[in-house]
Amino acid sequence: MSREILSMKDIVKCYDMGEEQQTILDHIDFSVREGEFVSILGPSGSGKSTMMNILGCLDVPTSGYYKLSGNDVDHMEERELARIRNREVGFVFQAFQLLPRLTAAENVELPLIYAGVNASERRERAASMLDRVGLSHKMEHYPNQLSGGQQQRVAIARAMVTQPTILLADEPTGALDQKTGRQVMELFQELNREGRTIIMITHDEQIARNASRIVRILDGKLTEEESDV
Amino acid sequence: MFKESIKMSWKNIVHNKMRSFLTVLGIVIGVAAIIALITIVQGVTNEVTSEFSAMGTNTLSVQIRGTALKKGLNEKELQKLSQLEGIAGVSPTVSLQMPVIHHGTIQEGVSIQGKNEVYFRHETELIKAGRALNALDMNQKNRVCIISESLEKKLYFAHSALGETLQIGGITYTVVGVAEDSTSMESMMNGAEKVYVPFRNAMTMTGSHNITAVDLYMTDSSQSDDIIQSVKNVLNSAFNYKEDSYSVTNLEDLLAMMNKVTGMMTTMLVGIASIALLVGGIGIMNMMLVSVTERTTEIGLRKALGAEPRQIQIQFLLESIFLALFGGIIGLFAGILAAFLVSLYIGFGFVLSYQAILLAVGFSTLVGVAFGLAPARKASRLNPIDALRSV
Repeated sequence: MSREILSMKDIVKCYDMGEEQQTILDHIDFSVREGEFVSILGPSGSGKSTMMNILGCLDVPTSGYYKLSGNDVDHMEERELARIRNREVGFVFQAFQLLPRLTAAENVELPLIYAGVNASERRERAASMLDRVGLSHKMEHYPNQLSGGQQQRVAIARAMVTQPTILLADEPTGALDQKTGRQVMELFQELNREGRTIIMITHDEQIARNASRIVRILDGKLTEEESDV
Repeated sequence: MFKESIKMSWKNIVHNKMRSFLTVLGIVIGVAAIIALITIVQGVTNEVTSEFSAMGTNTLSVQIRGTALKKGLNEKELQKLSQLEGIAGVSPTVSLQMPVIHHGTIQEGVSIQGKNEVYFRHETELIKAGRALNALDMNQKNRVCIISESLEKKLYFAHSALGETLQIGGITYTVVGVAEDSTSMESMMNGAEKVYVPFRNAMTMTGSHNITAVDLYMTDSSQSDDIIQSVKNVLNSAFNYKEDSYSVTNLEDLLAMMNKVTGMMTTMLVGIASIALLVGGIGIMNMMLVSVTERTTEIGLRKALGAEPRQIQIQFLLESIFLALFGGIIGLFAGILAAFLVSLYIGFGFVLSYQAILLAVGFSTLVGVAFGLAPARKASRLNPIDALRSV
C-alpha cells in the first residue's frame, strides 16, 4: 500500500450567518494515498466547494486536523499557506483561469515565478509540460487563440509544472462539450497512471466514474464508495 | 521575482495606454509646473544676482530724486563724498539717448553713458580693445569715447572702430576703446548699443549740471553702516535734510533681500504647483483601485498559484510607482522645455538644475508610493476564494 499524503481528521467548517452558525463541513475524516485518483461527488450546496477550498489550502478549517505532505496546514498563516499552495497543490479550475495577456508558455510559467525558479529553467519546464499535454506547437499562442479543450490542457500543464503533491480539479469539464470533456478525462487518467495523485470535485456522476475511488458529500458529511474500476 | 513584478506591472500599464496616459496627466502637469517655475525663478535670480555682484557688493548706489530747488549733486559735492573715510572712489553716471553717426550711417536711440575714470578702474573686464577713459580725458573733456561691441558691428561692420570717428550730437569723437556688450537689465531695456564718454561731456550734452546717479566704492564693506551714515550726512546737508530726496542702497543688503524674496516666491509657487501633484496622485489612486477591482480574478488566481500577499502588494505598488514616475519624467521634459522657451523669450540664461531633476523624480516616486499603497494593500488582502468566485 502506498503512503498516505493527505489526511483530514474531524474537520469542521462553520460560517457565521448573522445570529445562527451554519455548519458547512460536519466532522469530516478523509485521506488520500499517493497515486490515487479520487472523485468528490456532490450536488451544489453540499459543501464540496468548501471541501475543495480547504483541501487546496485556500481556506483553513474552523476545527480539526489537516496534514498535507507532512505539513500541518490547519493553523497556518496566509504566507505559509501561499507557499504550500505553490509547492503542494496544482489547481485546475472550471473556467480555466488563464491570464489573457500572457501566452500559453507564460501562463504555465506563472507558479514557477512564485517558486523563485530562474527564467531559463522556467522556460524549459513550461515547454516540457506543454509538450506533455500535447500543446508544444501552441506555446506562443494567447488563450483567446486556443479552443476550450486546449485552454484546459494549458491549465493542467500549469497545475503540474511545480510537480505538486496533489492535482486538485474543480469541475474540470464543466465548461467543455462532451467530447473535449472526455479527452480531458483521458488525460487525467494517463497522468494518474504516470503516478499523479488527483482529486476531482464534481457534481456529475458520469465524470466522477473516471476516478478509481468516489467519495460522496451531502450536507457536509462524507460517505465512501468503492468504484468498480 | 522582482524582475518579474516589474515586467508584469509594465505590461499592464502599456496594455491600458490611453487610460494610463490620462491618469498620469495630473502628475505631468504638476511636475512640469514645478520644474518650470523652479528653473525660471532660478534663472532670473542668477541673472539678477550676477548683475548685482558685477556691480560689486562693496558698492553703495546713490539715487537722487532732488528737491524743487536742487535737482542733483554738483561736482563739489561729489568731491566731498570721495573724501569720506571708507570711500575708495566715486563714479557718477550721466545717461541719455541720442543718435550717433559714422560716415553717414545713423544709429538711432543709442544709450550714451557719461562715466569717470573711477568707473573704468573698477570695471576691469569691460574693455575688450583699445584703452579706458582716464582722468586726463575727464579734466580736458576730451572728445574720446568707448563704444560697445554691438555698436561697432553695426557702424563699422567688420572693421575695428579704434581710431575711427563717431559723431554724437554734431560733435566728432574719436573711438579709443571697444567695450563688451553688457547683459544688465539697463541694456535689456535700452539696447546693447552703447557709447561711453567722459561724464562732463555727457553733462554738456544734457545741458544740466546735476548728477542724479552715483556709485560709491567702499574700501571695506563690513563698515558699510558707518559709511552709509557719513554719506547720508553729506547728502542731508546738500538737500536740506529732506530724506526722501535721495536714497542710498547697499547692494549687498539688496542682494540678501532679493534672495529672500525669490526664495519665498519659489516656495509659494512650488506649494501651489504641488496641489496639481496631489490631484495627480488621487488620479493614480483612483485608477489603481479600478485596476484592483478589474483584476480581482487575476489576483485570486495568482494567490492560488502561490503568490504571497507581499508579492501581490509589490506588484501593484510597482505599477503605481511606474505610472507616477512615467508622468514625472514626461513632466520633467515638459517643464524644462517650458522654462527654456520662457528663458528665450525673457532673455535670461537658461540653467538646468540637477535639483529640479531630483525633485521631479523624487516627488513623483513619492506620489506613486503614497497613493499606491492603499490600492496595493487592498489587492494583497483579497481573499482568493472570493476573488476566484467573481468570474
